[in-house]
Amino acid sequence: MKRQDEPDRSESDAALRTRALESLLVEKGLLATDTINKVVEKYEKDVGPLNGARVVARAWSDPDYKRRLLANGTAAIAELGFAGREGAEIVVLENTSTVHNVVVCTLCSCYPWPVLGLPPGWYKSYAYRSRLVREPRAVLREFDLHLPDSVEVRVWDSNSDLRYMVLPERPEGTEDLTEEALVPLVTRDAMIGAARIDSPSE
Amino acid sequence: MDGIHDMGGMHGFGPIIREENEPLFHHEWEKRVLGMGVAIPVPVPGGSRNNIENMDPSEYLSSSYYEKWLHSRIRGLIDAGAMTSDELETRVALFREKPAAETPVHPDPDGVRAKFGRRRTASSTPSHRDIRPQFQEGDRVRARNIHPEGHTRLPRYVRGKTGTITRYYGIHNLQDAELPAGCVRREQPLYAVRFESRELWGESAEAEDAVYLDMWEGYLTPAQSDTEK
Repeated sequence: MKRQDEPDRSESDAALRTRALESLLVEKGLLATDTINKVVEKYEKDVGPLNGARVVARAWSDPDYKRRLLANGTAAIAELGFAGREGAEIVVLENTSTVHNVVVCTLCSCYPWPVLGLPPGWYKSYAYRSRLVREPRAVLREFDLHLPDSVEVRVWDSNSDLRYMVLPERPEGTEDLTEEALVPLVTRDAMIGAARIDSPSE
Repeated sequence: MDGIHDMGGMHGFGPIIREENEPLFHHEWEKRVLGMGVAIPVPVPGGSRNNIENMDPSEYLSSSYYEKWLHSRIRGLIDAGAMTSDELETRVALFREKPAAETPVHPDPDGVRAKFGRRRTASSTPSHRDIRPQFQEGDRVRARNIHPEGHTRLPRYVRGKTGTITRYYGIHNLQDAELPAGCVRREQPLYAVRFESRELWGESAEAEDAVYLDMWEGYLTPAQSDTEK
């Protein structure tokens, strides 16, 4: 099936126009090539879901931090040094055994960059954007996440400047793990609400 | 505007397709578009999202994420007077003909950029603490059934629907091109509002679930509580 969000029809045209635009901006002094390189490097190397995983691992390990995180996500996330573009205000939603939060942006592709990095293709896809608000359970089943009726699904449509991140439920069997050991268990999709985190033994 | 971008609840887009081991970028040019989009010191008149929403619907649907960014940035730079369409097309033609063409580099980019002073619109404006929120947690509210032609962050699927205030987020700048009728200030209380799935989708709702949206006060009117009905 044709990928809606990644057509190859105009790739060479887009490449050409991009190059023309950059060269014009560099000629006019509006941008330096090195400035663009630095932005790209930042999102390739520094800003990604590992940031969010550190936030989650801290919240699982430190009840006081978790309280601060749920009360004021932006401030608690900044304690770990994460802030910036597409994350001026971040609200953290806690998933539990009875409530499952999942995040979408139906109007565009708003996403909490400082903690999760750049959004994956599926998050930006028309299918996800159109369907999640209407049939979240069917969508989550496609992610192999089967929620019982006893769990309430809450879909958050990020339509303002706020950005949402999900605090996944800490899996059983991780009680003895240190904060550092918890970090690699936390997945990007779980912080969007499109997955749960399995016990390490599973 | 009631555009193709406002797709919450629409049918027809098929299953969610997830790419295994998806790379951060699929093409080199996408990196440049991201870098330019983030670092360009020229504000986009009307906002970059507005430019994307105003794309021809068929072009919107067939363009990738970074193609939309590219379109929006080009439109914004032309609208801001930072370059002309002719300049861009001439440069495109040059590279098409001579891929190895060298182009000039400005000797003092820092000086140029300093003149623009990147726009920083804080979403929260503490200077407006005099504004008192009209609604409280637990209040029943109805989303206004408005259809502005310009940019709005009120999706179609929630208009006219009744929900409950669950959280107050403070004062935020309304992003709509025009203030909804009756609103006098762009700085407005922002709330989380819970809409029951049954209210939004009726008999088609999957279960007793809910959708939460961020609602500026100007999007809302008071609604009767269930017990008052």
